[in-house]
Amino acid sequence: MSDFATLIESVTKGDIATAVAETERLLGAGSGVGDILDSGLIVAMNDMGERFAKGQVFVPQVLRSAKTMHECMRLLEPYFKEGHVSPKGKVLIGTVKGDLHDIGKNLVSMMMEGAGFMITDLGVDVTPERFAQKAQEVEPDIIAMSALLSTTMPSMLQTIEALNAAGVRDKVKVMVGGAPVTERFSQEIGADGYAPDAGSAVTKAKGLLGIA
Amino acid sequence: MIIVGEKINTSRKSIAEAVGNKDSAFIVAVAREQAEAGAHYIDVNAGTFLEQETDRLCWLVETVQGSVDLPLSLDSPDPRALSQAMTRHRGEPLINSISLEEDRFKALFPVVTSQPCKVVALCMGQALMPTTVDERVSVGAELIQRLHGQGIPLENIFVDPLVQPISVDTGMGLAILGAISEIMSGFPGVNTICGLSNVSFGLPERRLINRNFLALCISYGLSAAILDPTDKQLMATLLAVEMLLGKDDYCEHFIDAYQSGRITGA
Repeated sequence: MSDFATLIESVTKGDIATAVAETERLLGAGSGVGDILDSGLIVAMNDMGERFAKGQVFVPQVLRSAKTMHECMRLLEPYFKEGHVSPKGKVLIGTVKGDLHDIGKNLVSMMMEGAGFMITDLGVDVTPERFAQKAQEVEPDIIAMSALLSTTMPSMLQTIEALNAAGVRDKVKVMVGGAPVTERFSQEIGADGYAPDAGSAVTKAKGLLGIA
Repeated sequence: MIIVGEKINTSRKSIAEAVGNKDSAFIVAVAREQAEAGAHYIDVNAGTFLEQETDRLCWLVETVQGSVDLPLSLDSPDPRALSQAMTRHRGEPLINSISLEEDRFKALFPVVTSQPCKVVALCMGQALMPTTVDERVSVGAELIQRLHGQGIPLENIFVDPLVQPISVDTGMGLAILGAISEIMSGFPGVNTICGLSNVSFGLPERRLINRNFLALCISYGLSAAILDPTDKQLMATLLAVEMLLGKDDYCEHFIDAYQSGRITGA
């Protein structure tokens, strides 16, 4: 068992150079890719997520850590493709049709990636048909939708209907979020979960999939 | 500086409750305190009521104008809610807002040209949120040309450069300030307007950031702001900056606000 303290500290601080060097060192010293991920990178990002939820760290710090993790992941990715590690779950995410807001969606995407989920980000203005088509292709565990306008919130319902029509609704958990979205709205449209911010989106996603 | 009081917005819990219960006393009190604090327009937003938005927005217009003699900023992206609310509004409302997104523009253009009104023109293009100065200015210019071309006077057009969080892109501040400056100099007579709170999303000490951002915006030419006029520190910043920029003869407004207790330095 290697010591991941340096890696964890450099990721939480957003020190890319040290984190990348440390990842290389750990790989060279024979640490398992899964251990580097689970006991290093994800531990660091979970810590950032918890501190963010408590208001102890702020968005730029979380982004910096996420970017650092991302750089480390690039070194690990070749091993993923060989099938040594499987992700916590697959998430298909996007901002719904008619809506161009991407900041909240990107934050959720990054926090989910930090927690070990594999993310497919469809971007903004994503039609219900595209969500449904991608869902068939990617076979995600979770579909996460964002809407920042009261006028685009109905697209969430339309997307759920499209998932039904495509026969994939019962194979995924649907999560919704965005400034005007509420728990009540999420229930009304038949989503499986709502999260008010990026940190709790991760907790909610884990809860939906029964991951600790 | 034209001040739009932002407090009657159903994204705030207490307002959502009051609008849900049609508690007119509560809404009137929030409207009055903003009017007394110096607001020129009172923003009304019922966005979280979704299919009931039209009904609640109309109720807000009648309730607020029933007791406060000010024009309102009708805050919704929904053409039906806006056109209904407009018919109940006395005087010229500020329509908040139209953008260059194709569907939204098509739906709202007939609304804003149906009767005399002021209009917020949000620098949001068809495909992407703007990031640079040039992207903002090109969307803003296109909106100005289309609205002005239809006979809306420049001074009735309030271009909103679209304030985005500095926490996700530290270049955002200069992009917004640059856009304000270029739009004000490129279209003399036009107004620029923005909300402040988006800029500080994801950061601590948001009120401090917001009021410093307001000071910078004013120095780059911003002529209107959507804010909480009952925030005495924010109003102190606004009045002090206008005074320092030579826009307050004999420092009258600043001193008046001080003497009547509407501002505080700390």
